[in-house]
Amino acid sequence: MITVDIYKVLQAANGNIMLNIQLDIAKGQLVTLYGPSGSGKTSTLRMLAGLMPVDKGHISVQNQRWLCTKENINRSPQQRSIGYVFQEYALFPNMTVRGNLEFALEKRQNTDIIDELIAIVELEELQHRKPNTLSGGQQQRVALARALVRKPKILLLDEPLSALDIKMRSKLQDYIIKVHRQYELTTILVSHDIGEIMKMSDKIYCLEDGKIVKQGNPIDIFTNTRVSGKFQFTGEVIAIKKEDIVYVITVLMDQNIVKVIAQESEIIGLVIGDKVVVASKAFNPMLLKVEV
Amino acid sequence: MIDWEPIILTAKLALVTTTILLILSIPLAYWLATSTSKMKPIIETLVSMPLVLPPTVLGFYLLMVFSPGNTIGGWLLEYLGVQLIFSFSGLVIGSVIYSLPFMVNPIQSGLSSLPASLSEASYVLGKSRIKTLCRVLLPNIKPSLLTGIVLAFAHTIGEFGVVLMIGGNIPEKTKVVSIAIYDEVEALNYSNANTYSLLLFIITFVVLLTVYAINGGYLKRFWK
Repeated sequence: MITVDIYKVLQAANGNIMLNIQLDIAKGQLVTLYGPSGSGKTSTLRMLAGLMPVDKGHISVQNQRWLCTKENINRSPQQRSIGYVFQEYALFPNMTVRGNLEFALEKRQNTDIIDELIAIVELEELQHRKPNTLSGGQQQRVALARALVRKPKILLLDEPLSALDIKMRSKLQDYIIKVHRQYELTTILVSHDIGEIMKMSDKIYCLEDGKIVKQGNPIDIFTNTRVSGKFQFTGEVIAIKKEDIVYVITVLMDQNIVKVIAQESEIIGLVIGDKVVVASKAFNPMLLKVEV
Repeated sequence: MIDWEPIILTAKLALVTTTILLILSIPLAYWLATSTSKMKPIIETLVSMPLVLPPTVLGFYLLMVFSPGNTIGGWLLEYLGVQLIFSFSGLVIGSVIYSLPFMVNPIQSGLSSLPASLSEASYVLGKSRIKTLCRVLLPNIKPSLLTGIVLAFAHTIGEFGVVLMIGGNIPEKTKVVSIAIYDEVEALNYSNANTYSLLLFIITFVVLLTVYAINGGYLKRFWK
């Protein structure tokens, strides 16, 4: 549905990087662009939206050409029919929540969609408030709803949840999954939160220095397929401590902190901040019911 | 007793000038805030020149350009029947040029201070640049617009050099308050000069106080 082949020289902090991205995204998929900052994730999204010029390449969506530098085709952002959610919300401060949504309406468009979207993101109570009186999570819900008013086929999310706390994040993720399914969207998400990617994405593109270095489904990318573990979790190393002959590695998984024993050979090259997979063969796991 | 004519003329000049400036400055400031053109520093310099140039320099050149003996002045007189020197329209043109930076600079800095994502959000919602400017950008820089309007208005009330050079001192046509003061002093009528001066002093004080009170949020707090 979306095919992209773009090339651009980006000015980064440490010299120029050549961005060269090929994407092939099927209808209805939710894909993630993942990678360190400065790897070109946001730039890719901005070029898709038409907010940043492309040096060379083409973008086509549902057999319509949005960009083709060879034939001088370049649709403006206004003509691209996308929903775009910015990291910093970008709500219009002079309009109420409802006003922000109404502003997005097209001429002669049925206004029922406004109430529908306000109901989906549960903002009925807050619809007459100004954005600056809302919390970050509420503002991002408004931004999500506003991006969908014109019923776009494609939703672009630029690290939409990075400014929110973990609890709010997980709630927003549910909203995003909900609208993604309900409106049959094709969604491209920029994220560097592995938990979020595992939960939401069908496919992941790993970017490094403007190139795609790996792509596939998130479980294959983030877990080490050499181990046929029964339990597998990914997390981030937050401490490495030597105790007698073994090492105790503290790993942050989602919201849980877990301590794992490791041999010296396992921690070669491992530093704090690394992403790791914790896997267990688990021949005899204990199963306990949680009383609530 | 003082003649009220110069006061009415001054108010009229300031109103007309401010209105024209507002219409001119919004597109100009928008262009300056968004353009990456190589011409931009040159235009910016020209807009800001009246801040440092002696008003007499500006007045002198306008006088030269608009004189019927000159090409432009002659053409205006011949084809449009307008003579700009020693007339109210001439004063308006002089004042517009002279007060241009006072209107353009606040609007330009207001527009530049808005995050780029605001206009980008509007573009991806399918809205044109003009609609974005009118519905999103301008409503969010109201304090800058107010500052521009009031500074341009107050500055026009206070100008002297340009007006004298291009307009001269014709009662009911070009004799504004600042010139009336000069006139009264020349004629040794110090009490009349004092009345005019005090009036200008009070008007400019009140006008500027209003701006700072509104932009500083003092009035809002007071109303609450």
